[in-house]
Amino acid sequence: MSAAINMMRGEPGKRDRMLVTPEGVALPLTVGSRGNRAGALLLDMTFIVIGVIVFFMILGAVGFGLFDLAGTENVNPVLELLFVVIILFLFLARYGYFLFFELGPRAATPGKRLLGLRVAARDGGRLTAEMVIARNLVRDVEVFIPGFFLLGGGEQAGVAGLTAFVWLAIFVLFPFFNKDALRAGDLVAGTWVVEAQSAKLKEAMSLAPDRSTEYRFGEDELSIYGEHELQVLENVLRQDQPEALRDVADAITNKIGWQLGRGDEREFLEAFYAALRGHLESGMRFGKRKRDKHS
Amino acid sequence: MALPFFKSAEIEPPADVEAATLRSDRFRLEREVDWQRLDQIVTALEKGRPKRISDEDLLELPVLYRKTASSLSVARETSLDAATLSYLEALVRRAWFQIYGPRIGLFGWLRRFFMGGWSTSVREIWLDICISFAVMVAGTLVGWLLVARDKEWFYSLVPGEMAGGRVPGADRAVLEESLAQHDNAEGLSVFAAYLFSNNTGVTIMAFALGFAFGIPTLLLLLYNTALLGAMLWVFADAGLGLDFVGWLSVHGTTELGAIMLGGAAGLHVGRTMAFPGERSILAAMRDAGVRAAQVMAGCTIMLIVAGLLEGYVRQLVGDTNSRLAIGGGMLLFWIIYFAFVRRPPEHEA
Repeated sequence: MSAAINMMRGEPGKRDRMLVTPEGVALPLTVGSRGNRAGALLLDMTFIVIGVIVFFMILGAVGFGLFDLAGTENVNPVLELLFVVIILFLFLARYGYFLFFELGPRAATPGKRLLGLRVAARDGGRLTAEMVIARNLVRDVEVFIPGFFLLGGGEQAGVAGLTAFVWLAIFVLFPFFNKDALRAGDLVAGTWVVEAQSAKLKEAMSLAPDRSTEYRFGEDELSIYGEHELQVLENVLRQDQPEALRDVADAITNKIGWQLGRGDEREFLEAFYAALRGHLESGMRFGKRKRDKHS
Repeated sequence: MALPFFKSAEIEPPADVEAATLRSDRFRLEREVDWQRLDQIVTALEKGRPKRISDEDLLELPVLYRKTASSLSVARETSLDAATLSYLEALVRRAWFQIYGPRIGLFGWLRRFFMGGWSTSVREIWLDICISFAVMVAGTLVGWLLVARDKEWFYSLVPGEMAGGRVPGADRAVLEESLAQHDNAEGLSVFAAYLFSNNTGVTIMAFALGFAFGIPTLLLLLYNTALLGAMLWVFADAGLGLDFVGWLSVHGTTELGAIMLGGAAGLHVGRTMAFPGERSILAAMRDAGVRAAQVMAGCTIMLIVAGLLEGYVRQLVGDTNSRLAIGGGMLLFWIIYFAFVRRPPEHEA
């Protein structure tokens, strides 16, 4: 039951933001967690590394004999071309990968997509190509240069090395010092990374046979609970697990002082749900809202 | 034409509206088909298959989006069905992402970029380019004057492995040899590609350092051009000044131009950070960052060109006058490109 309550909507968490679209509709957004974003980056780096390895394996398979020629007197023009292709490929892997995917219709690299993230403009307007370019250019200072720096043992290079280390650390740790988990690239580009889930439309609730004649609930019985409890009940009904149904039915009948036969739980809960929702929604139409049972 | 039976097969007909006892459920059942249609269109867009969408659907997309957005607003005030609300929120959010998502892919962007996006951004940061240029000229002068007064300065400015024999008082022949052409282009393409990778790093550094109000960028520019000034003095001292300028100008007009633009882009971001004007600092930085990013992307291209010139042309053309002509020609080309290529009219509303 507590899991169901956690799944409830309407309780703004630390990462929830409201964004107003140009049409004036307020849309709830969830800022991607730092852990997820780091995970997405690791995934992307893994993909890039795998891509590079596959690329070299294909090269190796295609031009297996080429490397034997390296020892000969004249530099082989084919081998030379190969080196140029390799250097350009590595360059593209470093910059092109992120640009290509973030400029696509999902505005997310494969790693982000797997973790349900995407890039969006912070002001609710359009995400432009320039924004994506800007955030990915700065990525170079945040990811690749610190990576090379550490791999190359640059931190042992005396005062200059230490300064560079501190400077790069500022970039790397930037997301931990603001509430939207923006990295420096996001700040410059005016973007942020948000969660992007899709949802399936579920069945309408009041299509079950109308039982308002069998179960009649009075004003007092319906005014015990509020919207929060209604939505928990909705969740329980949608999940349709016998034990949960029994527990909730027991809790409600205890509260309103009813006796319920075994096996009638679902019928009773459906009827109670319909009645309670009708009651609360008619209150809503008159501008009266009841958040939960305490209010 | 999309196949009509595909469409009807996917969208489930709503249950009988009258069967619903609650008013808010009837509201939902009446509009459900529109939502599902929007859902299908958005899914096709997300998968990058806009051709799957029928013309009719595409024309109605804005209407469907607004209908669904207004359904969400109404549902928030009248319905307590949590599942429907979260479905609508997710759907409107996805549709919003699609409608306000990036309009052009990488290749479309490249086309617009070359046809004027780049030169427009360069013109927009003219003030920073002037500052950057002034600093580079000052740096060269400082380097020259320092070494002219005291040769010891040369050794503190230029790292040993870079000088490679090109030191004050060096033999004229050694200096001439370093400027000479090579007989063939063997191995040069690898060298060019390597130079390009290396120089791009320096330029991106100049940009990224702009973050600290642009001061590190200025220092970087100053130091690198002081080095140039010192080197220039060494050659001028040996009577090879013009030859050195020719040798350098082949790729230098492009490469120094790229470094100047990279520095200017960094300065632009740093300057906006220090003086955001009347806007909020975040909004101002976003505008500056987007502009600077265009310039930076262009710098990469200039550096590719510079790498090719440095790797091939400079080693193959030995005559100082031809070298000067090539360098001057490149400079003229860039100036004309940046000054006169206008952005084509926007097709997007």
